[in-house]
Amino acid sequence: MACLIAAESAIFTIFVVAYLFYAGKSQIGPTPREVLETPIFYTICLLSSSLTIHSASKLLERGKRGAFLGLWFLTIILGGLFLYGTGQEWHRLIYERGLTLCTNVFGTTYYSLVGLHASHVIAGLLMLSIVFLFGLAGRVGPEQSPRVEVLSLYWHFVDAVWVVVFTVVYVLAR
Amino acid sequence: MSSDVIAIQTPEGAGRSWLEMLHAWVTTVDHKRLGILYILYALVFLVIGGIEAMIMRIQLMRPHNDFVGPQVFNRMFTMHGTTMIFFVAMPILFGFANYLVPLMIGARDMAFPRLNAFGFWLTALGGFLLYFSFVGGSGLYGAGNAPDVGWFAYAPLTSRAFSVGHSADYWTIALLVSGFGSISTAINIIATILCMRCPGMKLSRMPLLAWLNLVMAAMVILALSPLTAAQIMLSIDRYLGGHFFDTQAGGSATLWMHFFWIFGHPEVYVLIIPAFAFASEIIPVFSRKPIFGYPVMVAATICIGFIGLSVWAHHMFTIGMTSYSNSFFVFTTMAIAVPTGIKIFNWLGTMWGGKIQFKTPMLFCIGFLFQFLIAGLTGVMMSVAPFDWQLGNSYFVVAHFHYVIVGGILFCLFGAFYYWFPKITGRMLSETLGKLHFWLFAIGFHLTFDSMHIPGLLGMPRRIYTYEPGRGWEIWNLIETIGVFIQGIATLVFVANLVLSYFKGPEAGNDPWDAWTLEWSVSSPPPPYNFASIPTVASRRPLWDRKHSEDPDSRYE
Repeated sequence: MACLIAAESAIFTIFVVAYLFYAGKSQIGPTPREVLETPIFYTICLLSSSLTIHSASKLLERGKRGAFLGLWFLTIILGGLFLYGTGQEWHRLIYERGLTLCTNVFGTTYYSLVGLHASHVIAGLLMLSIVFLFGLAGRVGPEQSPRVEVLSLYWHFVDAVWVVVFTVVYVLAR
Repeated sequence: MSSDVIAIQTPEGAGRSWLEMLHAWVTTVDHKRLGILYILYALVFLVIGGIEAMIMRIQLMRPHNDFVGPQVFNRMFTMHGTTMIFFVAMPILFGFANYLVPLMIGARDMAFPRLNAFGFWLTALGGFLLYFSFVGGSGLYGAGNAPDVGWFAYAPLTSRAFSVGHSADYWTIALLVSGFGSISTAINIIATILCMRCPGMKLSRMPLLAWLNLVMAAMVILALSPLTAAQIMLSIDRYLGGHFFDTQAGGSATLWMHFFWIFGHPEVYVLIIPAFAFASEIIPVFSRKPIFGYPVMVAATICIGFIGLSVWAHHMFTIGMTSYSNSFFVFTTMAIAVPTGIKIFNWLGTMWGGKIQFKTPMLFCIGFLFQFLIAGLTGVMMSVAPFDWQLGNSYFVVAHFHYVIVGGILFCLFGAFYYWFPKITGRMLSETLGKLHFWLFAIGFHLTFDSMHIPGLLGMPRRIYTYEPGRGWEIWNLIETIGVFIQGIATLVFVANLVLSYFKGPEAGNDPWDAWTLEWSVSSPPPPYNFASIPTVASRRPLWDRKHSEDPDSRYE
């Protein structure tokens, strides 16, 4: 998983480099300053889901299945909320501001960078849900703890990437 | 020697129908079978890519030739480059890594057998997708079939305006898919080497082949991911109307070059490091001496790995970067010659004073040493930016990198075939045919690629489909084409040798070369479980210790 994360980090690095390279190079509007709104609430959701998944896997290690399932479900909810936030922002940008992937270079880089991250969130949520369903069926116990740890490592990675994406998109390149 | 054998239900018992055999091969997760699949798959593409090269050489044999038209010529060089890098060199090296690494470190399989099979079938799918473009590439437009954008597919040539139809999409998706396959295989190799070593096999005792493949896998992860990202961007441009590489809407064609070469140059080291690995195993055995300077070899490899990631823009001197970035990439490129030189001296140091046996694998490795040195020297020449301005995109460049890839990598690969074929099949390859293969191929290689330098110096650009007479290029082009045909005959000799020896070759026994690494301690071909009891090692040459218990290496390390 560490290797996969290294490979994924390289992919994200390239997209971030492209975003920074093209920042401010759009020939026509809208520009990031005009249209972007900082998604503070949804960012908090995603980041706090790192905490919940961490304590969930610690609880599983100690054999507390019920508490594990509860926190695990909370993680899924928080991830889902974040995804909803992204979707809402995209909807606003497309229908109210007229910014699509084809509009200008900002649109292209913005949607692909945030979209790449969102697709990782979706993949993560799918895997989390599978574990949750297995958990409901009573098949996840302390003996699966190392595997759950690996999945939680992936989720931490997705969160960490968001910190970078957030900094780049909403702070640095406004 | 661990001759104890477990009685096990063998999957390939006599009396099974060919359909069951086929099913067993297609669904296999055994690292040895997957390794063989990788190698066979790559050999098929080697022949296809070779035929494409021959078509180009026939076309360039004399000025104003009309064997193929310019469109077909463009497709041929694109397909030749893409095939040889992604569907010959990478899979064949992964195949050997798959086959040998677990055997050498005393493991029963790779860390993730199913991921291994997944990686192979993704790579295979990529190759089929690329070649399906000959059939499906024209799409609804009836324009072009195979990709014709060159193997590095510079923007804006790949934009929809200039590449109508789907050929460029097949190229993109084939590379994307096989890239995922390569990344998963690389993850597998790293996990195997780090977690599956047998007791006593410390990192400092690991065979150099395993060490070098570890570095190779790390580079695959760091280098192929940018290519994957760039291919995703290109797909976004072509399908969703994005502007990453669209210069008319503020996009940048230079960015594609950077992204491609951030992959493209480390890729060269991804290919050459496993070739170094073969040389580092073969040369000591046939010199009857342990490898000279083991720790330095490892350090030099890691050094190459690091520097190799920071030299990419030496492919881009001619696009007009600032003098600061030019100087940076000149110096890093020159610096990489240092660890590479260390390696060459270490191989020579291994041979120095040894009782050298000139068997076919050794011949190929000696050819490699000589040719790789020359390839390195032309590389240092071209690392000087002004020299590169003069010769960029000329046949001198083509000669240089074919010297690396054919003279370096392919020679080592042939050596590896002659060295490990007995282990893989249980039969020896014919020495007579092998020597014939070596000499024919060496002569053909030097005819083609030595003479290719000269029209380059005379100003012949690469990728032209024909040329004017009277520029002094004719004779050299004719010699190159003759050399290609000699190489083709040599390859036929090689294939004949593989087939004949597989059925009629003498039995190899466990250890035909009197070698020292663990793969020679098991039967040939190895049993499905590799080791009946997991071995314990105490030195870098575990098999030497077993054969010479009165004077083991472990006493000195």
